[in-house]
Amino acid sequence: MKIFFIWALALPLHLCLGQPAEDPLRALTPADLANGKRLFGGQCAPCHGITGGGGKGANLAVPRLKHAADNQELVAVIRGGIEGTGMLEAWQLNESELIQVAGYVRSLGSVAASAIPGDPAKGRAIYEARGCSGCHIVAGNGSSLGPELTEVGARRGAAYLRKKLVDPSEETPDGFVIARAVTHDAREVRGIRVNEDSFTIQIKDAANRFHSFRKSELVQLEKDSTRSLMPAFAATLSPAELDDLVAYLASLRGDR
Amino acid sequence: MKSLALLLVLAAVLCAQVPYERLTKAESEPQNWLTYSGNYSAHRFSRLDQIAAANVAHLRPVWMYQVKNREEFETSPIVVDGVMYVTEAPMAVTALDARTGRPLWNWQRPIPRDLKTLGFGPNNRGVAILGDTVFAGTLDSRLVALDAHSGAVRWETVVADYKTGHSITVAPLAINGKVITGISGGEAGIRGFLDAYDAKTGKRLWRFWTVPAPGEPGSETWSGDSWKTGGGPTWVTGAYDPERNLIYWGTGNPGPDWNGDVRPGDNLYTCSLVALDADSGKLKWHFQFTPHDVHDWDATEIPVLLDATVRGRERKVVAMANRNAFYYLLDRDTGEFLHASPYARQTWAKGIDDRGRPEVLPNTAPSVEGTLVYPSLQGSTNWFSPSYNPLAHLFYVAVREMGSYYFKGEAKYKPGTFFYGGGEHPLDGDRAYGAIRALDVSTGKMQWEFRLQSPPWAGVLSTAGGVVFGGSNEGNFYALDAVTGKPLWEFQVGGPIVANPVTFAVDGKQYVVIAAGHALVAFGLN
Repeated sequence: MKIFFIWALALPLHLCLGQPAEDPLRALTPADLANGKRLFGGQCAPCHGITGGGGKGANLAVPRLKHAADNQELVAVIRGGIEGTGMLEAWQLNESELIQVAGYVRSLGSVAASAIPGDPAKGRAIYEARGCSGCHIVAGNGSSLGPELTEVGARRGAAYLRKKLVDPSEETPDGFVIARAVTHDAREVRGIRVNEDSFTIQIKDAANRFHSFRKSELVQLEKDSTRSLMPAFAATLSPAELDDLVAYLASLRGDR
Repeated sequence: MKSLALLLVLAAVLCAQVPYERLTKAESEPQNWLTYSGNYSAHRFSRLDQIAAANVAHLRPVWMYQVKNREEFETSPIVVDGVMYVTEAPMAVTALDARTGRPLWNWQRPIPRDLKTLGFGPNNRGVAILGDTVFAGTLDSRLVALDAHSGAVRWETVVADYKTGHSITVAPLAINGKVITGISGGEAGIRGFLDAYDAKTGKRLWRFWTVPAPGEPGSETWSGDSWKTGGGPTWVTGAYDPERNLIYWGTGNPGPDWNGDVRPGDNLYTCSLVALDADSGKLKWHFQFTPHDVHDWDATEIPVLLDATVRGRERKVVAMANRNAFYYLLDRDTGEFLHASPYARQTWAKGIDDRGRPEVLPNTAPSVEGTLVYPSLQGSTNWFSPSYNPLAHLFYVAVREMGSYYFKGEAKYKPGTFFYGGGEHPLDGDRAYGAIRALDVSTGKMQWEFRLQSPPWAGVLSTAGGVVFGGSNEGNFYALDAVTGKPLWEFQVGGPIVANPVTFAVDGKQYVVIAAGHALVAFGLN
């Protein structure tokens, strides 16, 4: 009993004495950052963009990263990836390379975010007037055919957002490939490919209905990742309106 | 009463006794699955034909056995007289009633806290059986011998130090009085080897180093101290020819993987097939598929022993669909190069010359900026098994069609840490796909192809019923017509399949079993 008592006392004491976590990036040199940039350019930029502004992967040129509150977490995220997302573990980087890449990622966020021209309030009005919520959800409102935009400003840089508004067909995001299926009895379904395996495909049509097909039931199955169901706004929005809409989308950070 | 007791004792002795002679004639008892690949020749083919092309559409799950561990479940079961033996991640062996899936015994040990698997997941691919003993390798680099009737430990031998990145995931190969095991650690700068242990005592009988020491034949293909961290792991079960008493085993990549600057030369015997005398462990011959590899194209694919007519002459050959995208035939006695042809997309070699050496194209080595090469780091195929169907004379291989940007980085050896010098950025998603391909064994020519949604991690099994079984990353367990490749049946198991199928029979009923997601699923006809 006595032994237990002493042990029980000792445990919290031990925890109290725990050292504060050391910053793994504290001793980085300019040469380390240069190597981090080089590694980032080859291995991270394909998804995050060469300046970290986001693309298939998240916008990293922000002062606060959603999955990495501190530098230890940042190193851990780069090392281990983020389950359920496209962020893979960087097993190929050794410990010093991990720290170099993390240092470079942090440096991206400390650069003053390029001022986004445009007025977010006006952009919001354009978003509503153009019926964007017919396909996108922001903070719980809207319809879900297209990607949710609640946090799109945290995940995507302004340059990426502008590019998608002008020409949405470039780099269709995973999970939004267009599919067209024709059954033996000439029924045709067109929509977003929700899932697919070697024998079946699941499609969501423009009315947000799920359709399930066995591939053997189909006479035709086309997939197109070079087109998007979203209209291009290059011709229908003025440059100033585009700026406003980008500014609004960039302001969406998931804050409620 | 006395005679009944005697009968019971006899039954206990006879039951599950697997003498070496039984292993040499595994084909003659197709109700059992006695070795990793089904027979010593590594065919992964069964003479069972109750489940056939004509009725496989009626196949349905009969039982499931769920594992607690969340790691990938990669076991290839052994089945002996109604009892199934499987390994579970990270370090466990379980015996199951093969008819019902109910556990009979379990042996497990916790993984040491300081153990790191460098370059692979904490998995295991299966056991071997000989006599009344089941053998398994462990992640902490031990070989464990368990009583087949209870799971009690008979002996345990340290094969290598796990703290230096050595590990065992490979299923052992049991031959006459010996247990052969390979080793993992190709991304940790180990010096690879293949070991033989006395099946009764666990005493090491011989060790073949896959990287020669200075002065030994082959050492001229290394420079300086590079041989000490030269890699050449032996992490997939090989084949055995009892008549020749030769073990055929594939070796993995040289270390460091993607930066070959510190190891100029061919780097023997990495990325090779070695034929070893089973009594002495002495090298009879070797064949190197990828000299001075810089893409991590281990030659640890299954070497398949078969007879084939090559350029008009009947030959005893070893066939291998190599990770480097070429299908090879070698003479089984001499290792003479007989044939190579691509079975998947490749952009690194102009071809294979008359001696079997690849004609490497310029600008295909990894670079700082990234070099796009087909196949990807994981190769055109990998550890998951091919199957040889002697009735159709076809070689089935699960193919990964994916390219990769290869990066070159620095590599500094520190024991027990990664030592690879680079990496890759694969062209995945819809830019990649998979396939099951049937190759003519003699010519390597593709006879049919069945397309898969993504590059697979599951092997194939073929049967005398005219069926090929395989699995997909998306959870499809399926049957194809062995002659035409036409899909005949499919079941969605609900988790990725990263394992090889096997088949067996109990009480005259045939089953097909696959590890899928975190369960073992057995299928049978109604």
